[in-house]
Amino acid sequence: MTDNLQLNAEGKLKHFLTIEGLSQALLTEILDTAESFVGVSDQQIKKVPLLRGKTIVNLFFENSTRTRTTFELAAKRLSADVLSMSIATSSTSKGESLLDTIRNLEAMFVDMFVVRHAISGAAHFIAQHTAPHISVINAGDGQHAHPTQAMLDMFTIRQIKKDFAPLRVAIIGDILHSRVARSQIQALNALGTAEVRVIAPKTLLPAHVETLGVTVSHNLTEGLQDIDVIIMLRLQKERMTSALLPSESEYFKCFGLTESKLKIAKPDAIVMHPGPINRGVEIESNVADGPQSVILKQVSNGIAVRMAIMSMAMQPHGVS
Amino acid sequence: MMGKIHIRHGRVIDPANEIDRIGSVYIADGKIASVAEEPAGFKADIVIDASNQIVCPGFIDLSVRLREPGHSRKATFKSETRAAASAGVTTMCLQPDTNPVIDTAAVAELIKELAEKANYPQVYPIAALTQKLEGNELSSMLALKEAGCIAVSNANQPIRNLLILRRAMEYAASHDLLLMFRPNDYWLGNNGCAHEGPVATRYGLPSIPDAAETIALDQCLELAELTRCRVHFGQISCKRSVIKIHQANKYGLNVSADVSIHQLHLTENDIKPFDSAYHVLPPFRTEADKQYLRQGLASGTISSICSDHQPHDIDAKLGAFPETDPGVSSLETLLPLMLKLVSQHAITMEQGIAALSEQPARILQLRSGALTPGFPADVCVFDPDMDWQINKQNWHSRGVNTPFWNQTFKGRVTHTLQAGKVIFCVPSYR
Repeated sequence: MTDNLQLNAEGKLKHFLTIEGLSQALLTEILDTAESFVGVSDQQIKKVPLLRGKTIVNLFFENSTRTRTTFELAAKRLSADVLSMSIATSSTSKGESLLDTIRNLEAMFVDMFVVRHAISGAAHFIAQHTAPHISVINAGDGQHAHPTQAMLDMFTIRQIKKDFAPLRVAIIGDILHSRVARSQIQALNALGTAEVRVIAPKTLLPAHVETLGVTVSHNLTEGLQDIDVIIMLRLQKERMTSALLPSESEYFKCFGLTESKLKIAKPDAIVMHPGPINRGVEIESNVADGPQSVILKQVSNGIAVRMAIMSMAMQPHGVS
Repeated sequence: MMGKIHIRHGRVIDPANEIDRIGSVYIADGKIASVAEEPAGFKADIVIDASNQIVCPGFIDLSVRLREPGHSRKATFKSETRAAASAGVTTMCLQPDTNPVIDTAAVAELIKELAEKANYPQVYPIAALTQKLEGNELSSMLALKEAGCIAVSNANQPIRNLLILRRAMEYAASHDLLLMFRPNDYWLGNNGCAHEGPVATRYGLPSIPDAAETIALDQCLELAELTRCRVHFGQISCKRSVIKIHQANKYGLNVSADVSIHQLHLTENDIKPFDSAYHVLPPFRTEADKQYLRQGLASGTISSICSDHQPHDIDAKLGAFPETDPGVSSLETLLPLMLKLVSQHAITMEQGIAALSEQPARILQLRSGALTPGFPADVCVFDPDMDWQINKQNWHSRGVNTPFWNQTFKGRVTHTLQAGKVIFCVPSYR
C-alpha cells in the first residue's frame, strides 16, 4: 500500500503527508535542497523570492509553538504570504466540519495548507478533498505521521554523521503515541540505516512494532549498546493516568537518559529530542544541555528543511 | 394482489428440504403450495420464467439498521426495505439502537407500523436487553416480546458488569427469549477503529485487539452455561472466536453464530489509506482470521451470514478515518458476495443459501427460510451469471458507504417474493 496521493504524475512532490512510499532519492533531494537553504538564515536579508505571491495558511487544530513558528518563518523566508490560524479555538468549536473550514479557506485563493490535527489521517483527508492546485503539508496528524520533523532529524543526523548506512539509531520512549517516531522509522529505513532500535516498556509500544522495520528492547542499558544516534521522545503526563506507566520517577529510573547511561552508547553518539523536553522525566538536564546534545541544532534545521519541502511541493509542475 | 404464482424452469435449491433440481414452485394464498406436482386445479395469475436461474427461499437477515426511528437523515424504511427487496432479503431483524431505543412496546409497535407503511411487513424488532441500552437495568422483555420483538440484544453498547448480564440472561431465559450478543469488551476495545495489527500500527490508528472479542465471548459462554439462556453470537470476526464456539458446541452448549458478509472478504490489508468506507466494527482483521471464518462457515460452526447493514449519510463518512461513523451499507452486496464465496470454493451453493435462509430461520425459530408447503411464500429468484455494477443506477439503499462501490459482481436477484407478493423485479425482466 503506497501513498501515491502525495506525488504528481511525474513523481514529484505534490503534498507531503507521510514518509511512507517516498523513495530514497526523493528524501535525499529534500535533504540536498535543505542544504542550499541553510545559508539563507545567516544572511543580512533572510529571504529568497521562490514563493513570492503565494499564500500559505498554517492550520493548527492542535497547539504547537515550535512547529508552527518554524513553518511560519520558513514560509516568510521563501517570500510567501503566510497566515497562521489556531482552529482549536475558532470555527470547529462552533460546529463547523473540517471540510467546511477547508472549503472556506480555499475560497480565499490559498496555495498551500500546512495542517496539524489531533486525528490520524486528517492531513490525508484534506489532501484528498481540497482543490487540485492546493498543496498540503502534514505538520503532524494524530499518531500517524510528522514527516517534516522526521526530515529535519534526518538532516541533522546527516550533517553530523554524513552517511546513514553504518548507523545504529535508538528511539526511546512513547513509540505507541508518537507520530514523530513512526515517520523517523520510515525515513531511517528508506535512507538505508543499518539498524533502528526502539527502546520502551511494552505499554508504550504499538502491537507488531517490529513490522515497522525495527528491533525491540525493553531495557535501556542493553538497548544503548553500539548506538550512534539516540532519539528521546517526550513523555506526556496523560500516560500515567491511563495506566500505561506507574510514575514519572519509575520511568526516569528505567528509561531516562542520564550521563552514566549515555556512556553505554558509542562515545561519539549524538542525543536528539523533537521537543518540548521534560527535564528529569525522559532526559537529565546535564545530557540535554551537554556536548553530545544536538537538540537546538534540530530546531534551527527545522527552518531550512521546511523551506525545502514547501518550495518542492510548490515548484511549477507540468500537468499533474 | 395476492394471486397464484407459478415459477418455472428454474433450478430450485431448498436446503431445508434437501431439494436441488430443475422444476417449479407453485404459490397460492401467500404460501408455498407445492415444489413438486402442480396442485389440482392450479391456474397461475403470474408466471415467472426462471430458466437458467436459481429459485431459493428468501433471505433472512439477522442484523440490520434501517435508521428509523431517529436517524432518517441517513436512511428510511422506504429506502432500505427497497434495498432489501432488491437483494432477495425477505425478513430482517432490526437492532435496538434506534432513537428512541427499542426498550418499550410502543417503539416496537412503531417499527411494525413503519414496516407496514413501507409495504415490507417482515421487519422484526430486536428488543433492548437493558433500558436505553445503558447496561444498568433490565428492559421490559416480556412486554417487548408480546409487542413482536424476536430477540433481545444490547447492540454495541456495554453492560455495566457481569452480574447485570447474568440477570438479564436469566430473565431472558425465563421468557424463552433469544439473546443476540455481539461480543466486545468495551474497555479492551479502547475506542479503537482498526484491528490491532501491522496496519493500525503503521497508520497510528487506535486499535482493537481480537482479545476484546474473545474475552467477551468467553464470559458470555460461561453465563450461557450458568443461565441456560439461548445465545446467538453476532458478527464474530476472528479465528479464536470460531474455535471457542466450536468447542462450546462440542461440549453440549447450544449456541449459534453469524458473521457479516464483508468480514468473509476483506482484511486489514485491504484498507485503502484512511478510506472511511473500510471503517467497520468489529474491524477487518487478518488473512488468517478471514480463512478461519470461511472454514467455520463451511463446517457449520458459524451457521449464518448476515449483512450487518449500516447505511450512513455522506457526512458521517466524510472525515479523518477514526472520526467517521463505522459500518457498511451491505444489503445489496449480500448475494453477490455470497456467490463469490461459492466461486472461490469456500462453501457450496447449498451452504451459502442455507446460511442466508434455513439457518437464520432456525435460530429465530421462524416458520420460514424454506420452500416447505404451507410456509409463507418468501422466495428469491436470482441469475447467478448476470454481471452488474454497484453504481448509482443499480443501488437502492440511501447509504452509499460500501468499499465495493463501482465494482462489478456476478449474480443478481431478478425477483423477490414476500408472503406471495412480488416485491421486487429487476428492470430488465419486467
